[in-house]
Amino acid sequence: LSSSAPKPQKETINVTFLLRDGEKQEVQAKVGDNLLDIIIEHDVDIDGFGACEGTLACSTCHLIFKQSDFDKIPDKPTDEELDMLDLAYGLTDTSRLGCQVVLTKDMDGLEVTVPTGVADARGGPL
Amino acid sequence: PALRRHSSQSGPQHSVAIVGSGPAGYYTAQQLLKGDPGLVVDVYEKLPVPFGLVRYGVAPDHPEVKNVIHTFTQTAQNERCNFLGNIEVGRDVSLQELRNAYSAVILCYGAAEDRTLGVPGEDLPNVISAKSFVGWYNGLPEDKDLPVNLDCESAVVLGHGNVALDVARILLTPINMLEKTDISEHALDCLRRSKVKRVHLVGRRGPLQVAFTIKELREMVKLPGTRPVISPQDVQGLDKIIKDLPRPRRRLTELIHKTGTAVRPGSEEVKEWTLHFCRSPQRILTSAGGDVAGIELVVNRLQGETLESQKAVATDEREILPCGLVLRSIGYKSLPLDPSVPFSKGKNIIDNEDSRVKGEPGLYCTGWIGRGPVGVIADTMNYAFDTGRTVLQDLDNGRVARRELGCRDQLLNKLRSKAVTFEDWEKIDMAEMAAGEKIGKPREKLVNVEEMLQVACR
Ligand SMILES: Cc1cc2nc3c(=O)[nH]c(=O)nc-3n(C[C@H](O)[C@H](O)[C@H](O)COP(=O)(O)OP(=O)(O)OC[C@H]3O[C@@H](n4cnc5c(N)ncnc54)[C@H](O)[C@@H]3O)c2cc1C
Ligand code: FES
Repeated sequence: LSSSAPKPQKETINVTFLLRDGEKQEVQAKVGDNLLDIIIEHDVDIDGFGACEGTLACSTCHLIFKQSDFDKIPDKPTDEELDMLDLAYGLTDTSRLGCQVVLTKDMDGLEVTVPTGVADARGGPL
Repeated sequence: PALRRHSSQSGPQHSVAIVGSGPAGYYTAQQLLKGDPGLVVDVYEKLPVPFGLVRYGVAPDHPEVKNVIHTFTQTAQNERCNFLGNIEVGRDVSLQELRNAYSAVILCYGAAEDRTLGVPGEDLPNVISAKSFVGWYNGLPEDKDLPVNLDCESAVVLGHGNVALDVARILLTPINMLEKTDISEHALDCLRRSKVKRVHLVGRRGPLQVAFTIKELREMVKLPGTRPVISPQDVQGLDKIIKDLPRPRRRLTELIHKTGTAVRPGSEEVKEWTLHFCRSPQRILTSAGGDVAGIELVVNRLQGETLESQKAVATDEREILPCGLVLRSIGYKSLPLDPSVPFSKGKNIIDNEDSRVKGEPGLYCTGWIGRGPVGVIADTMNYAFDTGRTVLQDLDNGRVARRELGCRDQLLNKLRSKAVTFEDWEKIDMAEMAAGEKIGKPREKLVNVEEMLQVACR
């Protein structure tokens, strides 16, 4: 390849969102983007998603992965991510914060579930 | 620009009033506007400025949390949404007037009071509610002149919640870090001269019952120039139960345990904060000159089956903690708005079932006034979305009648000269950011209502 060749288009992979109402939405997502970027770019309609805009100050970008997909995410969650996840509704062992999950090529076919934001009446912090 | 009015041809057909422009108000508005294209939403706010506790509660060093303002602004800029600032429901307009003019009224007015201890000495100067202290450093007009004296080395914060950690952190954070936030200049000045070196956070119950969350605790543990103190005795044995706790509690308890058992070699930190467990305030002690000199605490014993439901029972043992400042952070409290609205005195919330105010069709409540002053913005958000869906359903199936816009337009005409619109707020917003820029801060809030109104040209 000559060095003057145009930069290759950013690679894309297939990502499916299983939405709260049971609908599915499939998008072509850019490798290197995080899942919050992708949800915004593709107008995936999830009420209240990403309230803090990816700054690890909320838990509204909570997504649930299949175990096999979960294992493919190269970056393990930091303490700070786990701290915010602890406040998420419907937390599972394969939960992550969407804004912290950067897509790689071998995550093609990824399927993520958007948990329902059930507002239970738990006594929150204060 | 004037408030938007609507001729009811193809577009808007009816309207809903929201009382309070905090997260509950704007998230409910968002859901309503999305769900019904024929709906107009008017958001009433007693202050000239919007966003409730996001502006006046969330700590200045947590700007990320305030990013939700972008979403609220989008909602507010929807052409079917009006902001009516500087209009206090119950004073400038009655609830009945609103109910006559709108298909539905949704009360989202939060919690305006704080809970008191009921111990001798609580009224002394420098015994301050965390709520007022927070209002003071966040530039809330009613708290701008709060007398705060930081001319003492030790401060006691009563409470083990996130607000308690917020106020402790503001007292201990290096001033050069605070200077880059939108903390109000009067508070910054006072903090610059502060002599506070030690903050004692006193909780009624034990390490397994703290109400703060792990993010806020981790932030404290990592606070530059400051050392955390948790007595190894207090965390003894915790490691044995940790693994059986549900995850959020487990991780939080792990961090408390780790902090309590960590060996800190000769540290350079000059300040420190301490978590005290199983202590309740008995009375505030004074010096001969009448200043706060300390606090007498009673030692509690924990009683009860499960860890999280354990109650604190007082023993005969007493303890004195010297201090010159006491901040009471034991919770917020809502007040009734109007005698016609059923209010639960015990719980201090409006009596409601799934946001529907009991016995009052067309009247709803959500946010802190509906469920009590607990939870983070995300909790308030989910609750508000539910409320929005409930209102839409009721309007849809005729449980609540739609009112035509005429009556509401008349009401707006009456309020027009006093109301601060969202465009007016944007002028205030710009003025504040410009004032902040001059002194290297993201914003310097206007702390006088008159000044706000002047900038808004009202
Ligand atoms: C000190 C503090 C710090 C916090 N920090 C965080 C944080 O970092 N992260 C987080 O997620 N959550 C935080 N929270 C929680 C968060 O602020 C609440 O969950 C949320 O603000 C509750 O929303 P609300 O709309 O019910 O009430 P509020 O935000 O209080 O809004 C109520 C609004 O109603 C207005 N109002 C009152 N009476 C009237 C009237 N008669 N007529 C018209 N308007 C009226 C008020 O002026 C106010 O604007 C914090 C809370 C506090 C107290
Ligand atoms: S968007 Fe707030 S933590 Fe991800």
